Amino acid sequence: MRSLFLERIVHIFLLICALAAIIVTIGIVVSLIGEAFRFFARVSIFDFLFGLTWAPHTLSTGEAKGFGIIPLFIGTALITLIAMIVAVPCGTLVAIYLSEYASSSTRQILKPLLETLAGIPTLVYGFFAATTLAPFLKNFAEFFHISLSSESALNAGLVMGIMILPYMSSLAEDALHHLPFNLREGSMGLGATSSETILRVLLPAAFPNLMAAFLLSLSRAIGETMIVVMAAGLSANLTFNPLSAVTTVTVQIVNLLTGDQEFDNAKTLAAFGLGFVLFILTLFLNILALYGIKRYKRIYG
Amino acid sequence: MAPKINIKQLNLFYGDKQALFNVSLTLPAFQTTALIGPSGCGKSSFLRCLNRMNDIIPNIHLEGQVLLEGQDIYAPSVDVVALRTRVGMVFQKPNPFPRSIYENVAYGPRIHSLFKTKAQLDNIVENSLIRAGLWGEVKDRLSQPATRLSGGQQQRLCIARAIAVNPEVILMDEPCSALDPIATAKVEELIDELREKFTIVIVTHNLQQAARVSQQTAFFHSGYLVEAGETGALFTMPEDERTQGYITGRYG
Repeated sequence: MRSLFLERIVHIFLLICALAAIIVTIGIVVSLIGEAFRFFARVSIFDFLFGLTWAPHTLSTGEAKGFGIIPLFIGTALITLIAMIVAVPCGTLVAIYLSEYASSSTRQILKPLLETLAGIPTLVYGFFAATTLAPFLKNFAEFFHISLSSESALNAGLVMGIMILPYMSSLAEDALHHLPFNLREGSMGLGATSSETILRVLLPAAFPNLMAAFLLSLSRAIGETMIVVMAAGLSANLTFNPLSAVTTVTVQIVNLLTGDQEFDNAKTLAAFGLGFVLFILTLFLNILALYGIKRYKRIYG
Repeated sequence: MAPKINIKQLNLFYGDKQALFNVSLTLPAFQTTALIGPSGCGKSSFLRCLNRMNDIIPNIHLEGQVLLEGQDIYAPSVDVVALRTRVGMVFQKPNPFPRSIYENVAYGPRIHSLFKTKAQLDNIVENSLIRAGLWGEVKDRLSQPATRLSGGQQQRLCIARAIAVNPEVILMDEPCSALDPIATAKVEELIDELREKFTIVIVTHNLQQAARVSQQTAFFHSGYLVEAGETGALFTMPEDERTQGYITGRYG
């Protein structure tokens, strides 16, 4: 009797813990949607989503102007793309080296080092981008007679890539390392070399988890703010040129909310509009990814 | 019968620990040799010496010779990849790759470029599956994932995968230990048929299985090869007291 009663208490307690997280999440979504709707009462959602100019201001007539988010999303996409071009191939190759080629003593030194890299605050990466990489890129570009501003998408993207690399490689390494050893044996036993085994057996087998690693890295890149503030700037240029200064959604949210401001005008409320769109976008990406992984697992078990 | 593999004075060390002591054994061609003995006696380690699967394990050290048709497979000039196409292996737990049935069998021929046209590859896959006794069960669903087959089917698929590169010797490491009796019977039947074309070495804990499928049996104990001989003779009139004790179930 006594132990059954205790079990029930434990059960209920654990249920409350689980529900708390869900309730907070729902709370966040509801408040975000609420504020976002207050914003969309002032600025048309069409102008917001498809406007090509980001220069938020309010006219003396009370009309809100310049709330087009396309430049911000292009900026986010551009920097994220550069970061992923750096982080995904390098991270996967590092993971392959650590998991399949490195001796256990090498692994024991390299893995903690990489994980330390993952623990550096992004602000420090921002310093690195602004004070070290930016001048280097500028000089490098000048050598080829290309003018490059000290703030550029390339600069921010490269440093963001370096920031994400240890994260990506650590997740990818876990994905490879946890594959059953008998898959390696099966392939080696047929006379395959290590590289054939990796390319034809291990990478396909680890694909769903590599995909998850990729998506976690992607959402870190999309959400990253500090590096962009310091390395890519605040100017909302509508451009695909990686050499020009751009800005991102998250940077603009910070920018809109910096300082003591009441949440009663279009400018501050726009932050919630941006947050809402970002939320929908990442949610959509995650659902797409989960569906893809599930489908892959159904096919290849 | 001509010897296929000749093992001379084999000593195997994992770091400081010696796993095999002065093992010498001859494996006749087109016969099945069963390796029996209590757990940890070195029979699996011995099997893995025959296609250098132990090479994957760090800190391993080996002395003595393993001669495949007179050629030492541990000679520096030997290409391990080529060796493993001649001496294939089937493992204890079925380990199909997480790909389609077809791609599992096609894997070996693909990495060794054993075909010129798609039709030739189709042919290799079909023949290997026929020889592994699996064709009838899977011919209509070759593109389905191999992992959805039953355990017994998966193990026969692994045998088909090994056959597909046309090896001379097939090593089997307790191939039925994860299978139910019906699947086991099918694999045993298959081993008997495969003997026409291949030389087979099988590690087994199941003494009846050793008696059913093999022509020669070798009994290992604590890293030593205690006794080897014609299967019928070894089971009815073992020379060594330890062999007698093991096969009558007094220990092991």
